[in-house]
Amino acid sequence: MLGSAISIARKLSQRGIVGINRRNNDYIQPYNPRHLFPLVDDKLRTKQLAQQAGISVPDLYGVIREQHEVTNLGAILKPFSDFVIKPAAGSGGEGVTVVSSRSRNLYRQVNGVALSEEELSYHVSNILTGMFSLGGKPDKALIEYRVKFDPVFEAISFQGVPDIRIIIFQGVPVMSMVRLPTRMSDGKANLHQGAIGAGIDIGSGTTMTAVWRTEIVAEHPDTGNPVVGVQVPGWKQLLELASRCYELTGLGYQGVDIVLDRDRGPLILELNARPGLSIQLANRAGLLPRLRAVEKNISALTTVAERVRFAQESF
Amino acid sequence: MKRHHLQILALSLAILGIGLALYKALALHFPISPDVASPIWNAEAQVRFVAQNRSTQVSLFIPRSTENSAVMDESFVSRGFGLTTESSAGNRHATWSIRKAIGQHTLYYRAVVRQLDTGKFVVSSKSPELTPTTLAGSELAAAEGIVSEIKAQSADLDSLVAELSKRLNRSPADDNVATLLGKRPSSEKRVKAAVEILTVGQIPARAVHGVRLVEEGRNVPIEHWVEVYQDKSWRAFSLDPSVPEITAEYLPWWRGSEPIAGLKDGSKLNVALSVSRHEESAVDSAVEGSRIASPMLLQFSLFSLPIATQSVYKILLLVPIGALLLVLIRNVVGIETFGTFMPVLIALAFRETQLIWGVTLFVFLIALGLLVRFYLEHLKLLLVPRLAAVLTVVVLMMMAVSILTHRLDIERGLSVALFPMIIITMTIERMSIVWEELGAYDAIKRGLGSLVSAILVYLVFSLHYLQHLLFVFPELLLVVLALTLLMGRYKGYRLMELYRFRELAKE
Repeated sequence: MLGSAISIARKLSQRGIVGINRRNNDYIQPYNPRHLFPLVDDKLRTKQLAQQAGISVPDLYGVIREQHEVTNLGAILKPFSDFVIKPAAGSGGEGVTVVSSRSRNLYRQVNGVALSEEELSYHVSNILTGMFSLGGKPDKALIEYRVKFDPVFEAISFQGVPDIRIIIFQGVPVMSMVRLPTRMSDGKANLHQGAIGAGIDIGSGTTMTAVWRTEIVAEHPDTGNPVVGVQVPGWKQLLELASRCYELTGLGYQGVDIVLDRDRGPLILELNARPGLSIQLANRAGLLPRLRAVEKNISALTTVAERVRFAQESF
Repeated sequence: MKRHHLQILALSLAILGIGLALYKALALHFPISPDVASPIWNAEAQVRFVAQNRSTQVSLFIPRSTENSAVMDESFVSRGFGLTTESSAGNRHATWSIRKAIGQHTLYYRAVVRQLDTGKFVVSSKSPELTPTTLAGSELAAAEGIVSEIKAQSADLDSLVAELSKRLNRSPADDNVATLLGKRPSSEKRVKAAVEILTVGQIPARAVHGVRLVEEGRNVPIEHWVEVYQDKSWRAFSLDPSVPEITAEYLPWWRGSEPIAGLKDGSKLNVALSVSRHEESAVDSAVEGSRIASPMLLQFSLFSLPIATQSVYKILLLVPIGALLLVLIRNVVGIETFGTFMPVLIALAFRETQLIWGVTLFVFLIALGLLVRFYLEHLKLLLVPRLAAVLTVVVLMMMAVSILTHRLDIERGLSVALFPMIIITMTIERMSIVWEELGAYDAIKRGLGSLVSAILVYLVFSLHYLQHLLFVFPELLLVVLALTLLMGRYKGYRLMELYRFRELAKE
């Protein structure tokens, strides 16, 4: 028991797998100054920041900040038949409601469940009281454009919006994956909830290996289509978009979540100051050698183009 | 230098802590292991009352040395009060008086009691004068009835008292006994009735009130028993069927029918007795020895505090150990819990309830609370009112459990009141949110993680040796601090991560 634990630890260490303690100690604490966290913890600020820098994000339809403004919800939603309501300070996709169509007074969610306006208002109230925010702090509710996702991943996702996560270390993209919703994940692109994670080769932008929960998979469990070998369109632009987020926030170690919109191209969905480590499972590779390579070469990499080229050549 | 800052700090703290402890252990001879069989106890009476801007007098019965126990090192804490002690009729009492006093006052009596186990619990004395009975009318008739019956059924004093005890404890009580005991029989009333009955039967007897020197505690209950005079000495008898014999572990505090304390011109008189193991039995000699060498060390040590505060610190000193354990559980093992230090607080509650009961009550409260919480979800309440509602329901449930278990004669159930209700409420709220967001599997997994952590912390807390070590050598907390600081820079894998990433170790 102990012996096998030690041998697993040794193997993981040889492959450069980063654990939570190392991530926090060696990367998040030194590279992500605490005063910068609010920039990414509050999605409204991230969105405004990105818009000022000319980085495309899903359009904001409205913000509800106070309980008494909840009565305006109907008025805000009136012009739109589909939209997303999310907490500004939520994490891990919690509290996100995606409405894909409306019929009469009912709002139909992407998973088929219909909600009345009253139920939607209650959800917004819950968001405002901080039910989904870290530490239960009062929060804001954002109502924004629902992404019409690019058909590239249509065959390999079940409802929901697949998103691409790129880890950016000092502006250099070091590892990437696409998260594909499944029936099990209830349309959410969260690996913990049962979404598939497929590693993307930084050099070519094609999916390589995929992991579903703890299994290695080659096909999507719901659609049966192969998840490996899919080429992400406009990969280089995607990497450059992600790389620019370093200058945007100043966070040395961050996760950039991007969705591909059919009409508007890549959109930054959110930034994460404490990106998870499951990306290593999806890529079947450790982060540590890549992070060390960046630390060694960073002095020569000043522009976005240089950083992306270095990443594409090295990883 | 900067790289090793933390290591140097931790090392210095550890050296300081271990050095101080070693100095106390080796040079001053503080005991390293607990003296489990210590026959020496601290006893303390805390008297509180409210004075009414007049001259006030408080009297308190205090224990006296007998052939079975030696009362030593008595001290009285009574700022501004005049103090006299007197002995009379087998009792001692202290009287505090003051010309003018106002507001709440707290007085202390402290003593060190050494149990002298001489076998039988007897007190030799001159032949007492038989006091005339105070009973009259139907009560007198009832007492006379009982006396003649038990005398007829017994051969000697032992069988007489045994028969009397049987009669007094029988349920339902017969008419004679019921007349004397009244509606709600208690141990105290039984003792009082027994003394009356024996007096009516011309057998010299008196009530004794005292404490048991077995478990440490604040506000320990007062025990009652009788002493009957025979062959030039008073012999102690128990009237509680669950206590076969009054042994040396019963410390008599006072005798007779009066209450422990009396107050002239004041109100809200309240007396609390505490007993604790005299850790210092071995410490004492060390203390005596080192008083000359380093008086500062003692004046600023835990032993200078009142006993009640000392027993609080015995528990408080364990909390950092629990915190360090939680650091290990979370950062090295990787078990997820609800709330960072919630398991430590639950473990502290387990100390009072004992493990099995604690776990049962905890699971029961959380499960019922979750059901209520799921129902509240339908009412669409805002966060804070919803939390307040769950908190109210938790308090109601705790009350219901206490009343129910008390009805069923399960005394342990009463200890549910010691659960930290805010912590329980927050656990219910967090668990229900995880349940909705991530599903039942994650919620139950994290709930179990919290429970397992609490049990682990409890098991460590119940190491008597550890408690002793920390109390006698509180400087060891510096070592705990050093370890905690070092753990703050731990970069290795968590045990759970080995499982999470195990696929990656296969190639």
